[in-house]
Amino acid sequence: MDRKSKDESTQTKMTALPPDKPLVLGTHTLNSRLIVGTGKYSTFELMQECLEASGSDVITVAVRRERLVDSSGRNILEFIDLKRYTILPNTAGCFNTEDAIRVARLGREILRGLENPGADWVKLEVLADTRTLLPDPVATVEACKQLVDDGFQVLCYTSDDPIIARRLKSAGATSVMPAGSPIGSGQGVLNPNNIRICLEYLKENDPDYPVIIDAGVGTASDVAFAMELGCDGVLLNTAIASARDPLRMAVAMKLACEAGRHAVLSGRIPRKLYATASSPTEGVISRPLG
Amino acid sequence: MEIQLNGEPRTIEASWTIADLLNDLKIENRYCAVERNSRVVPREEHSDCRLEPGDRIEVVTLVGGG
Repeated sequence: MDRKSKDESTQTKMTALPPDKPLVLGTHTLNSRLIVGTGKYSTFELMQECLEASGSDVITVAVRRERLVDSSGRNILEFIDLKRYTILPNTAGCFNTEDAIRVARLGREILRGLENPGADWVKLEVLADTRTLLPDPVATVEACKQLVDDGFQVLCYTSDDPIIARRLKSAGATSVMPAGSPIGSGQGVLNPNNIRICLEYLKENDPDYPVIIDAGVGTASDVAFAMELGCDGVLLNTAIASARDPLRMAVAMKLACEAGRHAVLSGRIPRKLYATASSPTEGVISRPLG
Repeated sequence: MEIQLNGEPRTIEASWTIADLLNDLKIENRYCAVERNSRVVPREEHSDCRLEPGDRIEVVTLVGGG
């Protein structure tokens, strides 16, 4: 079989798979289960290429004061195809409920003006501590309630605590997004058992409730692992933007997200202490030792 | 008169609206949102919203973030 026909046969097999359900976050239906951030890129051009390579259709941004001294600088929005991407504004940098709500409303006002579908949602972050960037769970629950009342679809960044996760869902969060490990730390999913419990609690009698790993991803295997745990998606930024070759890492993250999703849909084999032969045990010309 | 603009004191003309302020700052209205005393002023109201002394004005835009 030559190379070309081999490729074709692989493709045929892929398309013969039953289609996966898309990731639905409130009123938004996503093609990709990978959501990527736009921060920390050395240039807007590199960011553009990485967004494209990641295959994501939702990208996060932050809300910040206009630089009044140098307002002639280029705006990130000039480098984002607003017809193609749904923008997810975050409340990063907010340390109390009131500020997070103000920032969410400011983000909405900008996206309304741009007629981007992202005007009706927000990635809520209410932080407690500058060193760990861990969320303030009490303030996050309160801000979530108020933003839901204000008509937002709220995607909540939170710790991996299952009880807080449950409270956020009760508060009306569209998605609960536990951190795998601290933001930008690259430690991956540190407590998979907490994530498993979050998934059990949040999906009990509601299997389609979306749970997304947000923060802590270091490399592609972290993404695959999060998906294999049964998470519905992964949100990451630094792992691509700060990689030595961000473009290649964007491709790796896309493939890892797809690989992990295929794996969890396939159902992994149970872990066993002892070996099980893959080849037939009958008809062997050799005799076992002992 | 004096207002607080993005956390800094700023002297402006007494008759100015938010639209006048943005115009003076040469800020692309399409990419920004304005808050006056912690409440968003929708862009449709920028040319009607007259500033008062001591107003706390925030002019924000979107930047890269995760």
